[in-house]
Amino acid sequence: MPVEILIVDDAPNIALSLEFLMKKEGFSVRSVGDGEEALKAVAEKVPDLILLDVMMPKRNGYEVCQAIRARAEWQTVRIIMLTAKGREVEQERGLAMGADDYVAKPFSTRDLVQKVRDMLGLPTG
Amino acid sequence: MSWQWIAPLVSVAYLGVLFALAYYGDLRAAQGRSLVNNATVYTLSIAVYCTSWTYYGSVGRAAVSGVGFLPIFLGPLLMAPLWWFVLGKMIAIANASHITSIADFIASRYGKSPVLGGMVTLFVIIGVMPYIALQLKAVAVSMDVLVDHLGAGLALGDPPFLSNNTALYVAILMALFAILFGTRHLDASERHEGMVMAIAFESLVKLGAFLSVGLFVTFGLFDGFGDLFGRAMADPALRRLMTFDAVPGGYASWFSMTFLAMMAILFLPRQFQVLVVENFNKNHIRQASWFFPLYLLAINLFVLPIALAGRLIFANGAMDPDTFVLTLPIQAGQHWLALLVYVGGLSAATGMVIVETIALSTMVSNDLILPLLLRFRTVFRDDLSGMILSIRRGVILGLLLLGYLYFRLIGESQTLVSIGIVSFAAVAQFAPAILLGIYWPGASRRGAMGGILIGFLVWSHTLLLPSFAKSGWLAGSFLTDGPWGQAWLKPEALFGLTLFDPITHSVFWSLLANMGVLVFISLFDRQTTVEQIQAMHFVNVFDKGGKGGNEYVWSGFVSVVDLKRLVARFIGPMQAERDFAHYIHKRRLELEDNAQAPARLVAFAEKRLTGAIGSASARVMISSVVIGEELDLRGVMRLLDETSQVIEYSQRLEQKSRQLEAATRQLQEANERLQELDRMKDEFISTVSHELRTPLAAIRAFSEILRDNAELEASERQKFTEIIIKEAERLTRLVNQTLDLAKIESGKMEWHISEVNLAHIAQEAIDATKQLFDNKSVQLVNKVDDHDLMLQADRDKMIQVVINLLSNAVKFCDATTGLVEIHWQDTEEGVGLAVVDNGPGIPLEDINKVFDKFHQVRDSAADFLPGSGLGLTICHRIIERHRGRIWVESVVGQGSSFIFLLPRGVVEG
Repeated sequence: MPVEILIVDDAPNIALSLEFLMKKEGFSVRSVGDGEEALKAVAEKVPDLILLDVMMPKRNGYEVCQAIRARAEWQTVRIIMLTAKGREVEQERGLAMGADDYVAKPFSTRDLVQKVRDMLGLPTG
Repeated sequence: MSWQWIAPLVSVAYLGVLFALAYYGDLRAAQGRSLVNNATVYTLSIAVYCTSWTYYGSVGRAAVSGVGFLPIFLGPLLMAPLWWFVLGKMIAIANASHITSIADFIASRYGKSPVLGGMVTLFVIIGVMPYIALQLKAVAVSMDVLVDHLGAGLALGDPPFLSNNTALYVAILMALFAILFGTRHLDASERHEGMVMAIAFESLVKLGAFLSVGLFVTFGLFDGFGDLFGRAMADPALRRLMTFDAVPGGYASWFSMTFLAMMAILFLPRQFQVLVVENFNKNHIRQASWFFPLYLLAINLFVLPIALAGRLIFANGAMDPDTFVLTLPIQAGQHWLALLVYVGGLSAATGMVIVETIALSTMVSNDLILPLLLRFRTVFRDDLSGMILSIRRGVILGLLLLGYLYFRLIGESQTLVSIGIVSFAAVAQFAPAILLGIYWPGASRRGAMGGILIGFLVWSHTLLLPSFAKSGWLAGSFLTDGPWGQAWLKPEALFGLTLFDPITHSVFWSLLANMGVLVFISLFDRQTTVEQIQAMHFVNVFDKGGKGGNEYVWSGFVSVVDLKRLVARFIGPMQAERDFAHYIHKRRLELEDNAQAPARLVAFAEKRLTGAIGSASARVMISSVVIGEELDLRGVMRLLDETSQVIEYSQRLEQKSRQLEAATRQLQEANERLQELDRMKDEFISTVSHELRTPLAAIRAFSEILRDNAELEASERQKFTEIIIKEAERLTRLVNQTLDLAKIESGKMEWHISEVNLAHIAQEAIDATKQLFDNKSVQLVNKVDDHDLMLQADRDKMIQVVINLLSNAVKFCDATTGLVEIHWQDTEEGVGLAVVDNGPGIPLEDINKVFDKFHQVRDSAADFLPGSGLGLTICHRIIERHRGRIWVESVVGQGSSFIFLLPRGVVEG
């Protein structure tokens, strides 16, 4: 069973690049553009890992994160937050909301892929 | 040598002695070794009260009405114990405010009112003129009596021949003396020490002469008091003189005269001059208040004996009792004694005239002429001190000539006493305004004016006009039937009051009306701030001690040099320079000439001017150079301070706490504003950061993907490269617009305003955005065409606005069905354009935010469209800069219209 990844970002070009990177690792990838769709997608099928943008229309990344952590059956989902607001306070907030890690935009594609692999317990590629 | 020559020569010689004395007095004063700093000299100078009226007239009055002569001396006698309180207070006030005349005193008390000062001066002249005439008459009559009777032997029954010229020469000589010793300096508060010396000397001379003749009559002509009174008592007519029966008007008259004398000792201009203005040291009052009554006692000791002796010796009543003092020695062959008596009378008259005219000249120049002159601003370009002195000299001469004229027209028909009492009643009209003024803060300017005015009208009607009628100037029917035949207006029986003699009648009505009006108006009047301050200074003059807080507070702007220049105009540049230097040095101030004068210096200058030109004029002058508010909060606070320490304290506390509250509130507001600004700045930076990071993230991600994936297909490679380019473009636009906005908001944007046609601008924007529309297949309809819309604007910025609006519209339109129209606007408010789309519209809650920075209605439709979130904000700023207005009208589901209007007028660059 392939690793299931959910990409949540309202910037289409960034979503596109993330899709490319994850597919290349051999993961199964779904992509949505806002918070509500993200929660729908999780309810549909619980992913192994979510790449979650913070600044989005309709429920933002923090809210999505909180909603997921509120459900016992979704505790296993790993969440990496992507934030364009580089300030520490934003990152702290993300971790407090239940994110497992954060990545600041613009990000290094190699580092990002490595982070995802580490979190999933996969050997270094 | 003939007596014809001796009397005039002795007169001139006597005046020569006075000149010498006065000159010496001034000399000593200039050397700083004052001769008048002495309670005895002060007391003797007060004896200027005893004029030739006393000297000749009281004997005349005693001869006719017995004890009726006493009130004139009982009044001051009763008043003397009160001096320490009333006079002391008046002196303290006058010193504190540099007051130099009674008119100034009243004007100053009532808000430094020039009108009131002028009024008082005018009334003083009218009221006192008869008195001056009286002195001229006394000197002329006494000289004529002396010359006639000594020259031709005493011819009983001959009426004294009145030489017109004698009085005129006397008047001119006295004017000369008054001018020489009364108008040497300008600052009238610098006292006339020489004059005071001369006056004190004269008081000794007249007392000595009168005592000599009294002793001679009592012990030379009779065998002492016992013999004299015994013989008088034997005569029933003379015995009657010892009782009140002989006094016309009885007790009422006697008391009213006493009251008038009490007022006169304080408020006659010459008494005010010697008592208040010339006072060297307030403590001299203590000695004066027992020493002066003694002097009065001494000079009155022989009045009754001389009168009785005259009645006994000139038993046929043919000799004028007013001349008894002179005719008794002549009758007895004591010619040299007669000459001494004449000199005593001369001294009594000259003393009075000199002081009176000096006091009046100060008043007339300060309160009558200067206020009028100062209306003509051109006058005070030069040094005015010389002119003011000339005015005063002219006034002195004029007053004496006027006195002479009055004497010629009226004086011949009146007895000495009846003329003098008219003046006493006149100055009594100032008593309510002054006495209430220094004890009752509520007395108001309008009240004082009303009181004095009505008092004088009644006085004129009941005393002055009747005296005219009695001398034949007015028809006798004025007295007997009343003016215009109105009996109730009869001058000596007003409203049918016939209870009193004419004097008491006049005093009763005039003072009743005077006080009544003063109190009544004051109770209902509202004082101005200056009035209140002055009232407090006068009433509470002792409370503040030497704190010097007695000046009006000026808060406006005036430089030290301007102030000095102003003062120099009136007291001379040298004196002004000295005074200012002294003041500044004493207070260890460091003031450049061009520095702003501190309030205290302005107050000092005002005081200095007050001494020279009177308080009202000084105030006008100072206010002409001080720019700005006359009175600041401190002035008002000080006023409260004087009303009540407690109120002041609590008010100050309250005010401080109010100020504190206000300051705290302001601080809070400022703090909130700062926090808001800080929050907005943070948000802006955070948003800019986010907006920059997003395209950067895409660019970096795809660049790395291209780098790390050499095996990518060409089409994919092409697609990723396009994305990189698009995102780079977006980044560039964002950076440009952010900078634009920053420039506009910081005011650094350059604007090139010129005459532009909005139709052309619309066309250019359409051309520039054609590609955008084509790409999305949105239809663009130009409904402006060549409808000319001319206005003043920055052409490039306006094109930018229209491009932004068009790209905004196309962004939200559906592909293929999208339609954007551009319309012209032409209203009263101005001309403009409207960009109308058929997009989704804007929800009501967002409609006010569309022009905010980075407000983007994030919608899938907007994805991937060019736009920084700053476009509409920039539009808004540009339109604002053109004094125009931009707004949006929208219905959700039907589309939006962005409309702007610009005024047609010229916009300054």
